[in-house]
This record gives sequence, C-alpha cells and structure tokens, in this order.
Amino acid sequence: MTHASVFRGSHKCTTMRSNSRPCGQTTPLASRCYSHAKVETDEEFDARWVTYFSKPDIDAWELKKGMNTLIGYDLVPEPKILDSALRACRRLNDLASAIRILEAVKDKSGPHKDIYPYLIQELQPTLIELGISTPEDLGMDKL
Amino acid sequence: MCMLHLTTGRVGCLLSKQVVVALTSSGARMSSHGHHEVSDSVDMSQPMYWDRLDTPLPDRPWKDVLDSTDKSLKQKEKGPWTALSKEEKIALYRLKFNHTYPEMKRPSHEWKTVIGGMFIFFGITGLVVFWQGHYVYPPQPHTFGEEWQAKQVQRMLDMQINPIEGFSAQWDYKNKQWK
Repeated sequence: MTHASVFRGSHKCTTMRSNSRPCGQTTPLASRCYSHAKVETDEEFDARWVTYFSKPDIDAWELKKGMNTLIGYDLVPEPKILDSALRACRRLNDLASAIRILEAVKDKSGPHKDIYPYLIQELQPTLIELGISTPEDLGMDKL
Repeated sequence: MCMLHLTTGRVGCLLSKQVVVALTSSGARMSSHGHHEVSDSVDMSQPMYWDRLDTPLPDRPWKDVLDSTDKSLKQKEKGPWTALSKEEKIALYRLKFNHTYPEMKRPSHEWKTVIGGMFIFFGITGLVVFWQGHYVYPPQPHTFGEEWQAKQVQRMLDMQINPIEGFSAQWDYKNKQWK
C-alpha cells in the first residue's frame, strides 16, 4: 500500500509510470519499441510536484493551476504532494481550497475506497497542525 | 450534448460537462448569484466560476462580493485555522464554492424525462402509423384474400415448389396434409 505505483493508473490505466515493464526492465531508459525519451520515475514526479507547491511565495493562480493539472492526471497524488499543497493553502490563507483539495482526491480515488482513508491517515499530523477539518468532520460528505 | 432543461438551476452531470456560470453584472457588482441582467448574458472576458469534478479550484470564487460579516470572517481566516469553529469553516467553504463534490455528483431525475419523452414520441408515431394505415394506404390487392391464397397454395403444391427441403417437402402427398 505504501508504494507510489499503487496509486498510478487506476481502472483506466493509460500511463506506464511504474518501474516494472512487461520486458522486466527497471531502468528508466527506453527500450524495445518505445520512444527514446527518458521516462520520469514516480519519485521524480512526486519530488517535482512537492517542489512546485513548496514555493514560499506561491500565488493563488499557481495553486489553482497546479491543483487542476494534478487532478487531471490519471493518478491519486501521494500524501507528500498533498501535504505540500495544503501548506500552500495555509500560506495563501485559503481554508476553503484546502477542504476542496481533500474532496477532489477522494473523488479521484473512484471505486478504490481504501485510498482516501489512507491519505487522511497519512495527512493527520498536517491536518491537526494547520487546523484543517476534513469534509467528513464538517458533515459535507453527505448531501 | 444538449439535454432537456427543466429548471435553470439544474447542474449537469459530468457526462454532459455543462458549465454552471455565476452571472455577474458588468456595472456595480451585485451579490453572488441572485440577480440576473435583462439579457441574461455572461461576460466571458472575466474569470468564471464552475463546479467541475476535474477542476477543483475554479478561476474565481463563488461569492466575490463580501458583506461585512464575510469580510471579518476572511480576516479571521488569516489567523490560525484551529481558532475557527465548524460553522465558520463551512461558511468559508460556501463563500468560495457553490456545490460540494457530493452535491455535484448527486443523481438527477433527468432520465425519467428522457424515457418519458421517448415513449411520447413512440406513441405519436404509433398514432401517425395507424392513421396512415386507415386513410392513406390503398385497398389490399385481391391476391391477399382467403380464397385466392388457398388456391395459390394448392397450385404451389401441384407444381411441387421446393420439393426437397422447402415448401412441398413439408406436405405429405400421400395423406394430403401438412407433415
């Protein structure tokens, strides 16, 4: 459950982000009939996004753009990316967006109902520290 | 992709990808979503709000004209969020967003309209077909009559039409009946 590749390519798997290829290779370099571009590893992807949201003077537009792009990918973001995004919300004094992000990742999990509780569990220290209530706490997960 | 609209406030499901736009007036900015301009047009050059599952943070907040209570709440938001009560947090969310995700995903009764409309059209078509059969079609050819048909069958058997596997093969010539 803790490996990043678990969250990648949900029921509509379209990307081959994980390290295990059909040919059994584990290097990031392409082989066989794939293009010769270097494929980003999961760790590089995560690090890139954590860095994006960690920008100290991130502005509201960048937060919006980052989140909307991230949600557009065929994956559920790792807790560390979400932690970085929530802290960006705190810097922008935007509690509503923080709650919205939690709703969005719950929706991204789709039929995999065990992903969201795991994320909340991992984010618990941050949620407590920043004082972010989950949608469930606020009763907003019901109609 | 245009579905039947029953109420103006209906939010489309993800499949139809409809956009709920918060109408803003170009002059003095009125309160969030109650007041419509005469022509009901939206200024597309301004950032718009929409509830979309794949766009968690729209271009602008839902309510951007804040009264004094909202403003003081926004001020409080700048401090530690642990100091906010649940109601205040919900209020802050509702200032920025219209529908929550469960509200966006709520099922609608639209399918009943669609199926009902389908059946209505089937019914109307049925009436048209019936009227047509009665008033438009010419009389049936005389070859459709009972007597003619019987004579026709007898003739076909006499000619032994398809005697191996077809028509006459089903007729028992000895006992003069169908097999």
